Formats: sequence, C-alpha cells, structure tokens
Amino acid sequence: MIVLLIVIILLIIGIIVLYNHLVGLNIRCNNAWSQIDNQLKRRADLIPNLVEVTKGYADYERETLMKIIETRNETKTMGELAKQSEEVSNNVKKLLMLAENYPDLKANEVFKNLQIELTGTEDKIAFARQFYNDSVQHYNTAIMSFPNNLLAKIMKYKEKEYFKVDQADKELVKVEL
Amino acid sequence: MIFRDVRKNKIKTVIIITIFFILVSLLVYFVSLYFFDNIYLAAFIGIAFSGLSAFISYYNSDKMILKVNGARPATREEFLQLNVSLESLCISAGLPLPKLYVMDTPALNAFATGRNPEHAVVCVTTGLLNKLDKYEMEGVLAHELSHIKNYDILVSTIAIVMVGFVTILADMFTHGWIFGSSRDSDNKASAILMLVGLVFIILSPIAATLLQLAISRNREYLADATAVQITRNKEGLIKALSKLEQDNIPMEVNKATESLFIANPFKGKQKDSVWSTHPSTSNRIKKLQEIQ
Repeated sequence: MIVLLIVIILLIIGIIVLYNHLVGLNIRCNNAWSQIDNQLKRRADLIPNLVEVTKGYADYERETLMKIIETRNETKTMGELAKQSEEVSNNVKKLLMLAENYPDLKANEVFKNLQIELTGTEDKIAFARQFYNDSVQHYNTAIMSFPNNLLAKIMKYKEKEYFKVDQADKELVKVEL
Repeated sequence: MIFRDVRKNKIKTVIIITIFFILVSLLVYFVSLYFFDNIYLAAFIGIAFSGLSAFISYYNSDKMILKVNGARPATREEFLQLNVSLESLCISAGLPLPKLYVMDTPALNAFATGRNPEHAVVCVTTGLLNKLDKYEMEGVLAHELSHIKNYDILVSTIAIVMVGFVTILADMFTHGWIFGSSRDSDNKASAILMLVGLVFIILSPIAATLLQLAISRNREYLADATAVQITRNKEGLIKALSKLEQDNIPMEVNKATESLFIANPFKGKQKDSVWSTHPSTSNRIKKLQEIQ
C-alpha cells in the first residue's frame, strides 16, 4: 500500500517537473520570437526615413524597397516571414552601399545616424534569429522525445517552425551587387 | 559550465561579505566598548554599524565605483554607435541591457561593474572610442558583457568596495579622526584607538590578498573566450587587445578599482606573476588565436 503511494507520488512529481520544463521551453521560444519581431518592427519604422533621406539618389532601389515593405502586414508562415526579412535586408544593405557613393549624402547627419541604426538592427535581427532557432531546436527535441511527447500531446504543444529561409527560396532572393 | 561559475562567484561574494561583517563588527565593538563600557550596547552598535554599511555597500557599490572614477552616462544621442553595438551584443548574449558610461580620458580602457545582470554597468574611455573601430569595440564590449554574465562583476565590485571601506576605517582610527580631538586630555583613549587601527593596518594586506584571490586572472581568459562566442568574430577582440597593449597612456583611476579594468590602467610590467591583477596581453592574444 505504502509502496504504491510512494510510486504515485513520485510519478506526480515527475509529471510536474516535465510539465514545468516544457512550459519553460515554450516561453523561451515565445520570448525569442518577440525579440525578432521587435527588431523587424523597428526596422520597418526606420526604412521610410531611409527612403526619405535618399530621395533623389538611387531611385530604383528606393522604389524596390518601398514595394517590399508595403506587403509587410499580411499574415505569413515563419518561412515566408524569414524570406521576406532577408529580402528587405538585402535591399537595405544595397541602398546603404549605393549611398556611399554620394559624398553629400555620406556627410548628412540624418543619413549617418540611420546607417548606424539600420546596420545595428540587421545585426540584432541576425543575433535574435540565432537565439530563436536555438530555442526552437531545444523545444522541438524536447516535445518529440519520450516521455515528453505524451505530455506534449495533452498540452497541445506542436512542433515550431524555424525562422530561416529554405535553400530553394534562398536562390530567389539573391541580389546582384 | 557557466552556471557553475555563477554559483562559485556567488559563494565567493557571500564569503567576502561575511568576513567584512565580522571584521567591521569587531572593530566597532572594541571601540564602543571603551567608550560605553557595556558589552551589550557595544555588540549592538558593532553589529548594527557593520550590517548597515554592508547593506549600503552591497546596493551602492556600482555607483561608488563610477563616482570615484569620474564616469558619466553615455547617452544615445551622443554615442549612437556605441549604444547600438551594446544593444545587439546583449541580444546575442541573452542579457538585459546594462547602463552605459564613459570616462573622459585619452587612455584606452574599459570596465564593467554592478551586482547582477539586471543592475550592471559597462564603462569605456573616450580614448577607446576614438582609437577602436566598430568591430574592435564590439570585442571589448562583449568581453565586459561576459564578466556580467559570469557574475565576475559581483565579486570584484563587492570586494573592492568592502576592502576599500575597511582600509578607510583603519585609516580613520589610526589618525584619530573621528573621536580623538574632543577628548583631548584622554591619552588612554587615543592609545587604544591607535592600537585597534594598527591591528587593522596589519589586517589590510590580508584583505588585499583576499581581493587578489577573489579576482583570479583566469577570469580574463574565460571572458575573452565568451566574448568571441558573443560576437562570433575573434579578430575584433584580438586587434583591440593589441591596440590596448601598444597604448601607453597611463590613466588616473582609483587604485583600489584597478583590477576591474580590461587592461592594467597603470601600464608598466607585462608579465604574469602571482601578484598581477591582469594576465599579460600577449598571452591573451595567443589564447584567442587558438580558438577555432
């Protein structure tokens, strides 16, 4: 009788520990995602300024960039978001690089600050993406291994998608520099 | 790995605070015992005084260190690139954003202080800002962030403030600054105060040794390695370290805070010995180059 009771208690403790572990991993993924999301929003806020300040220079690149960010608000899968993000990244970098050719623009204080902010935001997105993908990998491994998978099913925890561009899509977004 | 380091550092801090508490309690106990001739009152004063000073030191140590070194906040308006770099490195390191300070001096140096990642400060000199490019600066910032992540800042900051406090107390008693003058004719009183002070002068080197032990030089190597993990670029830190080594502008900093800095502010000898607070820069560069 007592043995049975101890076994049950141990089992319950085990389930609680597992449950907390999974919840923790899930929260970490969500936090990691909100970090990427924050930086994507920050970048989207900065781009109109960049487009504004580079008016009259590199007009083709400006218009391309405008077109991409206009389609931003539609709901998408993680892979599509990542692909779009990379597309924006490439165009921002290209526009910043082209602007380097214009001395008066390069000397412009507003442009200089924007350049620092946008380059920084690109770095932050890269770092945040790494952190997110690491967290997702942890989470996915955890919910698929035994006995977590039983618990994960009850908790309705599903596998999460990585924030990265598929190899096939990658070819499409490549820009010529 | 890193969690074990963090725990070790927290234990070290508890030991330092305990030693500080006992030392200061005893000192104040003996002094007040002479004046009030009541064991309970003296014990109460001793414990209350040292408890209060330990408490104040723990919560204000970072501010004290910034103050003695004359640092000022680095605003986003004035130092945009520096702030942006720190923000991105924090995302990579998974740390909350520390406060950023600068010291106006042509010397090349940087340090971090605080009691935990939520209450941390990173400080760089303006000389460093002028001489290093973006990647080199990120290497230095990442090095300081590693100290924050490992809780090295907790141990060193607390050790510095508490050892400094004991030294000041000992100084005050030997010179009879606090009680001495009002009881001018009482020679016995000042004699006892001097004696207590002398004991503390003898104890000071022991305290200093404690400080040396607490802030082991291996922490620098570890912080360098973690910095590379954070920036994913070791060239920046290597170049920054060689610039720090070549630079020979000495810096006016508070002597007690010397061990906090990334490079020895007083320059001079560059060889690893038991007593040096900093490993030689060439050794650090060599170890960095070994990282794949």
